[in-house]
Amino acid sequence: MSDSKLILEPNINGADDFYADLLAAHEGRDKADSEAFNARLILILANHIGDTAVLQQALAAAALPSAKGTKDV
Amino acid sequence: MNKIFEIPMYPYARHADQDSAAPARHRVVVVGAGPIGLAAGIELAQEGVEVVILDENDKVSFGSRAICFAKRPLEILDRLGCGQPMIDKGVLWNKGKVFFDDRQVYDFDLQPETGHQRPAFINLQQYYLEAYLVDRLRELQDQGAPIEIRGRNKVSAIGTHPDHVTLEIDTPEGAYNLEADWLIACDGAGSPTRRMLGLDFVGRIFEDNFLIADVVMEADFPTERWFWFDPPFNRGQSALLHKQPDGVWRIDLQLGWDIDKEREKRPENVIPRLKAMLGDEVEFELEWVSIYTFQCRRMENFRHGRVLFAGDAAHQVSPFGARGANSGLQDTDNLCWKLKLVIDGKASESLLDSYNLERVQGAEENILNSSRSTDFITPKSEMSRLLRDAVLDLSEHHAFARPLVNSGRLSQPCTYDGSPLNSADALSDGPERTRPGSACPDAPLGDDFLLPKLGNQFILLTIDAEAPDEITEAGLTVKRLALSVKDDKTGALQDRYLGKAPSGVYLIRPDQHVAARRPSYDDNQFRAALRRAVGKE
Repeated sequence: MSDSKLILEPNINGADDFYADLLAAHEGRDKADSEAFNARLILILANHIGDTAVLQQALAAAALPSAKGTKDV
Repeated sequence: MNKIFEIPMYPYARHADQDSAAPARHRVVVVGAGPIGLAAGIELAQEGVEVVILDENDKVSFGSRAICFAKRPLEILDRLGCGQPMIDKGVLWNKGKVFFDDRQVYDFDLQPETGHQRPAFINLQQYYLEAYLVDRLRELQDQGAPIEIRGRNKVSAIGTHPDHVTLEIDTPEGAYNLEADWLIACDGAGSPTRRMLGLDFVGRIFEDNFLIADVVMEADFPTERWFWFDPPFNRGQSALLHKQPDGVWRIDLQLGWDIDKEREKRPENVIPRLKAMLGDEVEFELEWVSIYTFQCRRMENFRHGRVLFAGDAAHQVSPFGARGANSGLQDTDNLCWKLKLVIDGKASESLLDSYNLERVQGAEENILNSSRSTDFITPKSEMSRLLRDAVLDLSEHHAFARPLVNSGRLSQPCTYDGSPLNSADALSDGPERTRPGSACPDAPLGDDFLLPKLGNQFILLTIDAEAPDEITEAGLTVKRLALSVKDDKTGALQDRYLGKAPSGVYLIRPDQHVAARRPSYDDNQFRAALRRAVGKE
């Protein structure tokens, strides 16, 4: 297993631009289409990361510590 | 037309045991003459163990059933003298296409690793395998091997005792009784033996039904595996088209779990489905249609005293990935050498508990892989379907998504990590794939190959290392096979068995799994490893 650590500090140059692009990508899509888009996006980003240790940390981080149904990964 | 599965291969014949005043006692009785029962009988008889195979039928199985045989079972069949006819008759394939909805999303060309005598897999109807095994059994009989097969001998009652098993058997001429020192139950998913002993079959994870058809057609489909996710002709389900020998195509249509089996099987319902799949213009003839229902589960314990369960009788998985017959052959391959040692008094009965341990591990791996394939093929929630569809949509455009598409992962032999028969890995820098517990991978040796040289007895493989020509320990004599990396110019032997290490010595079990490995021969260590591999350490 790798020691790579998931980056949870700010890491996107031009965060506002990225966020606007993300919203724009969903514009004009209905809910089902948007959900399918998100699923594809997750898979593309996950493949780019590649490192399963980092991906596991990302799954844990996405679950949010305070949220109900949080699972240890 | 006379088909192979219509001719009685082992017709009923009255046996002297039926007229015996007291029940005859046999060393081993195998219940079930399917591929697994026949393989068990042949392996034992080859080793000189007296064995009787009983089957309620007298023919090979009807219809294609298991059709895909992977490298490892082919290597096992080589040791049983049946590998070559399988290869000669079977269909080799490497290419496939994946369809989603109404379109092809990608095609693939599997390029199997080179340097193996046997291909990664072949397609062949199960009845051919059974026929080759029966041929081999007859050949062994002609050579005087202690093996018998009795057709239309149906076991109707079983009694278990600490040192033997009693059997009541129905025949066309009435009932008779037998005794056996050991019983191997290879009587399939519905195992009457399991039921008669009142044993559980736990872990029912899911169940599904498939319409399975053997179709004879002149059509010019290429020799490829075609797999459909959610096609227009079978909405919400999957479909598979695969080529078999003799112009027979195998079609599997998933039907879901809540169906009327009798209705689905009627030709007037089957033919329109197939026409929708193959196209109206294709002429075909239905050779065999069946509804296959499977559940994914296994027995808690494959050994119950003197009764040992193997194949579908012990575990069942989904058809994706060819894990049924393939894993059953690995069961008996694991079991028979151990049983022979116990019968010969060279190991204690507890060695058979390692059969349970190792093959439960194999079954668990198969159930895990098969569950994952099923989760992909039949998504269980809205989000699961969304992600599955996203993978398939992406696979049409981007290579990265294709390894995520799961229409079955072809079975690989189980590595028995953690088995009490293994000695700790002492070959630092040795390749992962040949660590203790692994099934030996093949390697070329000039015009020959490694696995046939390893044979079916314990063997000491030395690669650029010294060792005695044979050692005797715990009543076993182990011969040495001395090789050098120079024996294989392709470098596969080095890659697969040494890695960066300059030399290596392997102790290999009769089922060609690695028991121990070290950089050089150490007398004490290898004697201990041999004792450990037969459960004496």
